[in-house]
Amino acid sequence: MIFGRSERGKPPVEPVTLKILVAGGFGVGKTTLVGAVSEIRPLRTEELLTEAGRPVDDTSGVEAKHTTTVAMDFGRITLREDLVLYLFGTPGQERFWFMWDELSEGALGAVVLADTRRLEDCFAGIDYFERRSIPFLVGVNCFEGAARYPAEAVRQALDLDDDVPVLLCDARDRESVKEVLIGLVRHAMEYAADRRQAVVG
Amino acid sequence: MSGDGQGRSHWFDDEAGPVVRPYAMTRGRTTSAAQHRLDLIAVVVTEHDAGDPETDPTLSPEHVDIVGLCRDEPQSVAELAAELDLPIGVVRVLIGDLVHAELVHVSRPVPPAELPDESILRDVINGLRAL
Repeated sequence: MIFGRSERGKPPVEPVTLKILVAGGFGVGKTTLVGAVSEIRPLRTEELLTEAGRPVDDTSGVEAKHTTTVAMDFGRITLREDLVLYLFGTPGQERFWFMWDELSEGALGAVVLADTRRLEDCFAGIDYFERRSIPFLVGVNCFEGAARYPAEAVRQALDLDDDVPVLLCDARDRESVKEVLIGLVRHAMEYAADRRQAVVG
Repeated sequence: MSGDGQGRSHWFDDEAGPVVRPYAMTRGRTTSAAQHRLDLIAVVVTEHDAGDPETDPTLSPEHVDIVGLCRDEPQSVAELAAELDLPIGVVRVLIGDLVHAELVHVSRPVPPAELPDESILRDVINGLRAL
């Protein structure tokens, strides 16, 4: 058998690529979750933005435009040679919502990570995915030292629809994160099936 | 030049910011005429009959890097941006140039309307279980 370069005539496999978004407030463990299952150390991509100076940036007297960088961390899981899943941590600040639009286009679904000590931080993400009919689930990252609440209590506090799964998880733990991702893909399947029925019926 | 042992000791430091603005590499272009926006997970593949891009004087070193990186293994737009440490917008323009020059092609990710294909999702679940 001949290996290596002499196989150059053979085109490389072009994988089908899919993406899952990981949203949640600052410091809730998005990059930790990505890193727990990614086969590569989470990479960072950046986009430069030019925006007019805003009051929050205190640019009084300086009317020049500013360049800001939005960073997104992402990881990769090669499921098969021809099937690759990417996980994207969404940029935390809400003024970068427009990046979410691009990220969420064609996404399989989203994991909204929640911290019970700062539950309000994930409201924005939940709102976003609800409004755009993107299947999502809520992963409650069980931080050490934080009080544990049953999933039902979290569901009520977040006023989630009954069909949105809520899972308790540990963003550092590979097995736990795998369960979250499997749960999300299952939910996306059901979601798609329901939608098809709604169209037919 | 790189063999002079000076390495990375420059007269400026990081605080000076980028000496060449990223979009200088695209000659100021922020969009590519070639096609609509490339998704972050669109996969770039070097055409296997692409010659040696270094001999093409119209290509920048960054173009050449992309052709090289995608020759051995197809790469997503996001990975290329991270690998080359360039903003996504810049990488998109560069890829557009290469598509135009027929040195690479881009395989589009599954479009959203086709996403809920049950068999693919089932493969994803099985793949995750097997990790």
